[in-house]
Amino acid sequence: MTILEFSLLVCGSSLIAGLVGALTGLGGGVVLVPLLSLFFKVDIRYAIGASLVSVIATSSGAAAAYVKKGFSNIRIGMFLEIATTLGALLGANLAARVSTHAIAIVFGVVLLFSAYFSRKPRSQAEREVPPNPLATRLRLNGSFPDVDGARSYNVQHVPTGWALMFGAGALSGLLGIGSGAMKVLAMDQAMRIPFKVSTTTSNFMIGVTAAASAGVYLNRGYIDPGLVMPVMLGVLAGSLLGARILVKVHTKWLRLGFSLVIVLLAIEMLYNGLSGRI
Amino acid sequence: MLPKRNWTDQRIENILGNLLRAGVLLSALVVLIGGVVYLLRHGHSPVDFRVFRGEPADLRDVRGIIRDTLSLRGRGIIQLGLLLLIATPVARVAFSIFGFAKEHDRMYVVFTVIVFSILLYNFLGSA
Repeated sequence: MTILEFSLLVCGSSLIAGLVGALTGLGGGVVLVPLLSLFFKVDIRYAIGASLVSVIATSSGAAAAYVKKGFSNIRIGMFLEIATTLGALLGANLAARVSTHAIAIVFGVVLLFSAYFSRKPRSQAEREVPPNPLATRLRLNGSFPDVDGARSYNVQHVPTGWALMFGAGALSGLLGIGSGAMKVLAMDQAMRIPFKVSTTTSNFMIGVTAAASAGVYLNRGYIDPGLVMPVMLGVLAGSLLGARILVKVHTKWLRLGFSLVIVLLAIEMLYNGLSGRI
Repeated sequence: MLPKRNWTDQRIENILGNLLRAGVLLSALVVLIGGVVYLLRHGHSPVDFRVFRGEPADLRDVRGIIRDTLSLRGRGIIQLGLLLLIATPVARVAFSIFGFAKEHDRMYVVFTVIVFSILLYNFLGSA
C-alpha cells in the first residue's frame, strides 16, 4: 500500500469513527486505537499518539457549541482538571514503561466498560440533596437552564469524584482516549451533578486532560505526523458533521450497534494482548 | 450575587469557546497544508507504521518543528499544526487565570495556576 492510499483509507475510517462517536455521544476516540492497531496494523504507540491528538480536536471543536448553552460549570471543570492532568502525567509516563501487551489488555477492559456504560440508563433527573460543606467551600454548586427556568444543584462526594477523575486522567494518558465515560461517571454518579452539566463539563475537560499527556507523547516521538494527519482531519470532520445532523437522527439503534462494535473490538484487543500479538 | 456571577462566567465561557474553535480550525488548516505537501512528495512511497521506531529528534520539540516548517517539509508543517492544536487547551487554561482574577476569585486563580503549571511541565519537562 502506498502512503496516499493508506492516508485516504485511514481518513475515511476516522471520519466514520468521529461521525458515529458524535451521534452516539460515546466519542470516536475509543474505537480509533483498536481500528488503527487491529486493522491497519499500526504500532499501538503510534495509534495512541494519533488518538490523543484527535481527542483534543473533537473536544475543543465541540466545546464552543456547548458553552454557549450555559450547561458546563467552569469551576467544577477547573477544580477536577487538577486531578485529571496529574493523572494524565502518571498515565503518559506509565505508557513508556509497560509493555504493549499490557496496554492492549487494559484497553480491552476499558472498552468493555465503555460498552456497558453506554447501555446503562441515565440517572434520575430530579434529586434534592442538601449542600455539602466541602463543595460549598470550593464554590462548586451551580445552576443550569432547564425547561422551567434555572435549576440549581448541590455537588456531593467531592473526594470520591476527585479520585475517580485522577483515574480517568491516568487512563487517558495511558490509552490515548478521552475517558469521557469515566469522567461522566465521576460527576453524574459520584458527585451527583445533573447529567447535562456532567456531559458538557466533561467534554470541556477532555481537551485539557489530553493536552497534558500529548506533550509527553510528542517529546517521546510517539506522534507521527504522517499518521496523525489523516486521523485528526478525518475525526474532526466526522464529529463536526455529526454535531450538525444530531437532531435529525434516531440514535437508539445506532448506539446499540456501536456498543456491539465496541464489545467485538474489546475481545479482539484482549485476545491480541494476551497472545502477545500487539 | 448569583446572576452577576453567572453573567460574568457565561461571558468568559463564550470567549473561551470561540478561542478553542479558532485554535482547532487554524491547526486543522495548517495540518491540511502540511498533509498536501507531504502527500505530493511522498504519496507514492510504501507505508511503514508497523514497526515502532519513534520519531526523529527534529519532530519531537518546538525548535526542530519550526526549523522543519521553515524549510517547507510536509511532516514539519503537520507537526506545527499539531503543536498549535495541543497549545489550544493550554491557552484556554491560561485565559481562565485571567478570567478568575477579574472576578477576584483568588481560590480559583490558584487552582487554575496549578493546572497551567502541570500542563507546562508536561509540555516542556522532557524537552
